[in-house]
Amino acid sequence: MNSRTITLHPVFFLFLLFLVFVYSGKAFANYDYINISDPFHRQVPIAVTVPASLSDDAETGLLAEQTAVILSRSLAFTGYFNLIDARAFLDAPGEQGITAREVNFRNWRDIGAHLLVTGGVRLEGRVLQMEFRLFDPFRQELVFGKRYTGEASDLRRMVLRFSDEMIYRMTGDWGVFNTRIAFVSETENGKAVYISDFDGENVRRITPPDDIVLTPAWCPEGRRIAYTSYAADKPDIYIRSADSGENEVFSNFEGLNITPAWKPDGSGLAATLSFEGDEEIYLLTPEGRVDKRLTNSWGVDVSPSFSPDGKKMAFVSGRAGSPQIYIMNLDTMRTRRLTFEGRYNTQPEWSPRGDRIAYSSMSDGQSDIFVINADGSGLRRLTQDSGRNESPSWSPDGNLIVFSTTREGESNIYVMTAMGGQQRKLIDIPGNQSLPDWSPVTGQ
Amino acid sequence: MKKCISFGLLLVLVMSLMMFASCAKRPPEPEDYPPDEQPMDIRSGERAEIEAELERQRRLAEEELEGFRDRDLTPEEEAARMEKEMDREAFLESKVYFAFDNSSLTTEAREILLRQARWLKENGDATVIVEGHCDNRGTEEYNLALGSRRAQSVKDFLVNAGVEPSRIVTISYGEERPVVQGDNEDAWSKNRRAEFRLR
Repeated sequence: MNSRTITLHPVFFLFLLFLVFVYSGKAFANYDYINISDPFHRQVPIAVTVPASLSDDAETGLLAEQTAVILSRSLAFTGYFNLIDARAFLDAPGEQGITAREVNFRNWRDIGAHLLVTGGVRLEGRVLQMEFRLFDPFRQELVFGKRYTGEASDLRRMVLRFSDEMIYRMTGDWGVFNTRIAFVSETENGKAVYISDFDGENVRRITPPDDIVLTPAWCPEGRRIAYTSYAADKPDIYIRSADSGENEVFSNFEGLNITPAWKPDGSGLAATLSFEGDEEIYLLTPEGRVDKRLTNSWGVDVSPSFSPDGKKMAFVSGRAGSPQIYIMNLDTMRTRRLTFEGRYNTQPEWSPRGDRIAYSSMSDGQSDIFVINADGSGLRRLTQDSGRNESPSWSPDGNLIVFSTTREGESNIYVMTAMGGQQRKLIDIPGNQSLPDWSPVTGQ
Repeated sequence: MKKCISFGLLLVLVMSLMMFASCAKRPPEPEDYPPDEQPMDIRSGERAEIEAELERQRRLAEEELEGFRDRDLTPEEEAARMEKEMDREAFLESKVYFAFDNSSLTTEAREILLRQARWLKENGDATVIVEGHCDNRGTEEYNLALGSRRAQSVKDFLVNAGVEPSRIVTISYGEERPVVQGDNEDAWSKNRRAEFRLR
């Protein structure tokens, strides 16, 4: 399996780097820390210190502690960083000073910190002011600093804003801190769609309990979710606002109305319908009318996923006798088969960078997540020997993948890096969870 | 069962009517009246009336019971009714099973479906819902489509056997409604099925 993983041609690799530099529009010096195009990128050692208390209020100290925890967790979540244990710190900038003049860079170099974050918290009445500085102890310089003002209750949002800014400056892409995860969870007598923050916090149910629901899919603006529900005793597609509870029937043709997938520009959805007697993928207008039929083969065609430019569509077809993943060029309507390894390959998810497709492959009752280049090269296994690993969905920066796994017995929602590293539980609620979908970045 | 209940109800009805009648029109006690003023005629008249009414009720009840007995006891009718009921139950209990990741009909499935088609043709007013189901292997999305294919295979067969397509509705539940829980071949083989219900 591993022999198949190294496939990037050196010239192609250089070309990718070139693209990153050309299109990022950012001073690329910062990318010395994190090169997202490098599949072997090492985690950057970073020291996150407890911010200084800049007001006398007793609460300030608590808020400072809380800030360090949220900042550490959010940075660790990305998989980009290796957080240095605070017990190894030689200094406490929160007490000794948080500016470039006051920080002793040597003491941070000595513990191997490539990056250092200092901060300050000031609470005046209910007004919370926070400042953060990111330093490079080896260059002995400030990378950038930010100050945020809000209410005390905005603490988490303010910290995550800084985390986001850090990721943006170091990778050229906005991070995942302003994203959400939709998934299906069991209720007492059925299933419902739930959503949570990117890190599994703030879980809440958004559809009525005890229905049968499947495949929630965020729309490109990240405010609404298309999903299949049996609310009318048959599988129809509905679109629900994630926040207001507004809900409308999108598609209720006779037979199946399943696996909705938004076009990246929001100009329509693809879905599998069976009103003509065969399970085919159709393109539907935003109003739910049939625009055109995309597939035309006897047997199952299901689970469309568009390339980010909207010009191609990956999907599952049983046309070759077993479910395999195919790619259709939507301009020419030509279709080619993508997967040849394995007898049961489903759930394709096109990566936000457009170069790769994640999917699940089943054999011997186990399922695993694989990633393959859109041209069919570079097959790579991301999970192994851990029950059923299914439903991969990319974070909008392409750095992480959320998926479901039965490695603990029940089916849980896990997250891992796009290279399969740091697999960890994301959602901690009772019952079986499945079919996670990562939202796009909303409102920057 | 139904017969027993009806009979019981009638008995109760008759008895309560009798009680009601005797309570409501209880004749005055004799000692309340001087002997010469005893309203004998009225009392006997009333009594006769009551007796007549009771008799009518009794007769009515008896007639109705007779009626019941007459109808139920026609052996041919009873047998036909029973058979019809059993046929209906057999139709609803029939299931068609499939191989893994497969929607084609086995020989056994075809035999069952021929019987199903016969019943549908004999019961021309029935509209059937064919449910397609899958085992829990594989992924939910693909299984929804596979369940649809299975239901569609059944529908196609029934239509070829002469049932009007408009009387057959298909619905797929994918792997959402297993009849047997478990991760073994026994559970899987029982869950890969098409079921029938009537609309």
